[in-house]
Amino acid sequence: MDSLSGVRILDITRYAAGPQITLLLAFMGAEVIKVESMANIDHFRREESAVVFGSARASADCFNSLNANKLSITLDLSTTEGVELAKRLVHISDVVVDNFRAGIMDKLGLGYDVLKEIKRDIIMLSASSHGSTGPEKEYIAYAVTMGALSGLSEITGYTGGPPVIMRSSADLRPGTTAAFAILAALNYREETGEGQFIDFSAREALSCGIGEMIMDYTMNGRVRTRNGNRDDIMAPHNCYRCKGEDKWISIGISHDDEWAALCQAMGNPAWAAEERFSDQYSRWQHQEELDKLIEAWTITHTHYEVMTILQTAGVAAAPSFSNEELFNDPHCRERECFTTVQHPEEGELYVLTPPWKFSATPARVTSPAPLLGEHTEYVFTELLGIPEEEISRLVAEKVLY
Amino acid sequence: MPKRALDSIKVLELCHDVAGSYSTKLLADLGAEVIKVERPGHGDAARNSPPFFHDIPDPDKSGLFLYLNTNKLGITLNVATASGKDIFQELVKQSDVLVEDNPPQWMTEQGLDYHSLQEINPRLVMASITPFGRTGPYRDYKAYPLTIFHCGGEGYLTPGGVENIGRPPLKVGGFLTEYDSGLSAATAILAALYWRRKSGIGQRIDISKQEALMALNRLDMVRSANEGEVITRAEQGVPYGGVLPCKDGYTVFITWESVQWDRLVKFMGDPEWAKDEKFNDYAGRYKHGELINALLTEWLVNHTKEDLYHQGQAAGVPFAMVYSSKDLVDSEHLTAREFFTEIDHPKIGKVKYPSAPYKFSETPWQVTRPAPLLGEHNEEIFTRRLGHSREELAKLGAAGVI
Repeated sequence: MDSLSGVRILDITRYAAGPQITLLLAFMGAEVIKVESMANIDHFRREESAVVFGSARASADCFNSLNANKLSITLDLSTTEGVELAKRLVHISDVVVDNFRAGIMDKLGLGYDVLKEIKRDIIMLSASSHGSTGPEKEYIAYAVTMGALSGLSEITGYTGGPPVIMRSSADLRPGTTAAFAILAALNYREETGEGQFIDFSAREALSCGIGEMIMDYTMNGRVRTRNGNRDDIMAPHNCYRCKGEDKWISIGISHDDEWAALCQAMGNPAWAAEERFSDQYSRWQHQEELDKLIEAWTITHTHYEVMTILQTAGVAAAPSFSNEELFNDPHCRERECFTTVQHPEEGELYVLTPPWKFSATPARVTSPAPLLGEHTEYVFTELLGIPEEEISRLVAEKVLY
Repeated sequence: MPKRALDSIKVLELCHDVAGSYSTKLLADLGAEVIKVERPGHGDAARNSPPFFHDIPDPDKSGLFLYLNTNKLGITLNVATASGKDIFQELVKQSDVLVEDNPPQWMTEQGLDYHSLQEINPRLVMASITPFGRTGPYRDYKAYPLTIFHCGGEGYLTPGGVENIGRPPLKVGGFLTEYDSGLSAATAILAALYWRRKSGIGQRIDISKQEALMALNRLDMVRSANEGEVITRAEQGVPYGGVLPCKDGYTVFITWESVQWDRLVKFMGDPEWAKDEKFNDYAGRYKHGELINALLTEWLVNHTKEDLYHQGQAAGVPFAMVYSSKDLVDSEHLTAREFFTEIDHPKIGKVKYPSAPYKFSETPWQVTRPAPLLGEHNEEIFTRRLGHSREELAKLGAAGVI
């Protein structure tokens, strides 16, 4: 059984942030119909994407990771008939999600006011980078620029070094937040029968992840900046080089007991008993020297060895894992973090399994990402009941295109 | 009062870390009633974490705690005592959701595992948030946000850029991974509640913080398995652009679409170098990214970050700025969207907090009460809600149960 059985979602999103929203809901069993068009193709299906990711397969792999479990139709929303067909799909859907810039859905004639006339209890979420109001509402943004605007780049980097750009996770974080918002609206609709419109801003979603830093400013006027791997209180608190090429272990010590355990695990070296490392605040003050001494020990072991030694002693230590290490890691294996799908063009592809383990309604990967327009016929013939000759005409006239 | 999306939902929270508190904050801010159970004496770990109001440590004045616990009721209860356990079970009976973040075996040792609690409340949705999940060889391993960020795969890729190889991988600042895990848990809880409305059945949810972070890096996570590619910090993640110096600090931009490159060239006043045929197509620009950045920088350093951001956007180029917390609070855009909301608290007065990134047309996000003081709602919950007498409450207090 799936938690979202019977929920149908019309997905008018591209790139990463939008597809992440509907991916999560599809993992939970929602039927997601991804609206695509040759006239406005998803970035991950383009040639440029193959350049960025190094090969066509890598690009298809990324698309697969973001669009598994979904159905794909080709429907050109810049045509009048395309918009009319979209409205018919809205009529049989529970949720509509788009990630256009503010105002585009209105211009297409698919704004919330129109949609709720078609289906009174429709839930519509518009996920733009800046939200649908405010002076910057029409600005364009991607993960890299949103990460900077959110405050995350400012606080990430080596001490004294430049700010760091955020990765694709800066798209997937807001995507997850938007999925949460849709689920809240679905619960409310079950309770009351009411739908609603949700104006979602991705950059604000990222800013919510630094709440306490913002509070430090609003309470104390303090502006936080980059400080490597360091912590305000904990020390040692860093990544240490281990045996091998580019291998690292992260270690965090929060109190005297953990410090004693770390010292013992390292064989109680003489330096560990020095006055300057005798209490937490002294260790914090002398952490640069401390880091060098600890690294002299970690470098003689593999990161896995250090993890085992320190975790056995009750110390928080974990390798800085690469994607390859995680794929082969025994813990991830036992937790079944990876599974495969049979992609019609790329063959067997691994995807990450959903990050929640439900006892009654397990979230699942059921199918690979769809080929472009793979389900056009199913959706328009079976769901909307449009005759085949009419479909052929719509294809020929580049409405289903 | 406006309608609230999760008005009918009752949540019980038995958490110590940021992730658990954040998951129930997300629910509380949409209208769920959240009862936060804290240890008598010290309370939640966040109460002892900076930043403190005016830098004076006080369990009721931590900015982290205040942010994470808006709209919640707070009680103190030692669930490891026999009477504490009884009271906790009474609360479980009245709850739709229980969120806990104790070590995997701890709840079982207390007799408060899912099976026992399900017997007294079959409709219960119980979410457990742990560093590595409830199964697997690392299930009892200890972790902090630093170690989760690294073992979740994102640290190894941070920061991108060839010059960083040889330097340690980095964590994103603050508690980001904790917020990620809390959000992931809250998402799963709402799905379980939705299904419960249809089936009448509760369930158990196992959330691993490591997996919550891996899920946000899903594109990178499978690249080794599928293409044999080990991604490292040598890859910057963008062909050119990114963070670059400008006249008064840093600017940020990226041009994923070719038309945006054309607009950028025009925005710069059609410089001669941009006409070089090696920059003609996407593949060429990608290949010569470092050269492009050097050439761009010569122009960028004559322009301010504000001008680049707003004029660049006006020209259709995705420019941005590296915002600090102050820049966020000062932002006209965020102010116009009322992203920051002023909340009054009995001990620190009125302070601005971040609100939420979603504006619901029918059921707005709202704060009706600030974070609770330690044990603030003991009397309300123990006497009025559960019907214990005040004398009993006093005895439990003296015994260290409350």
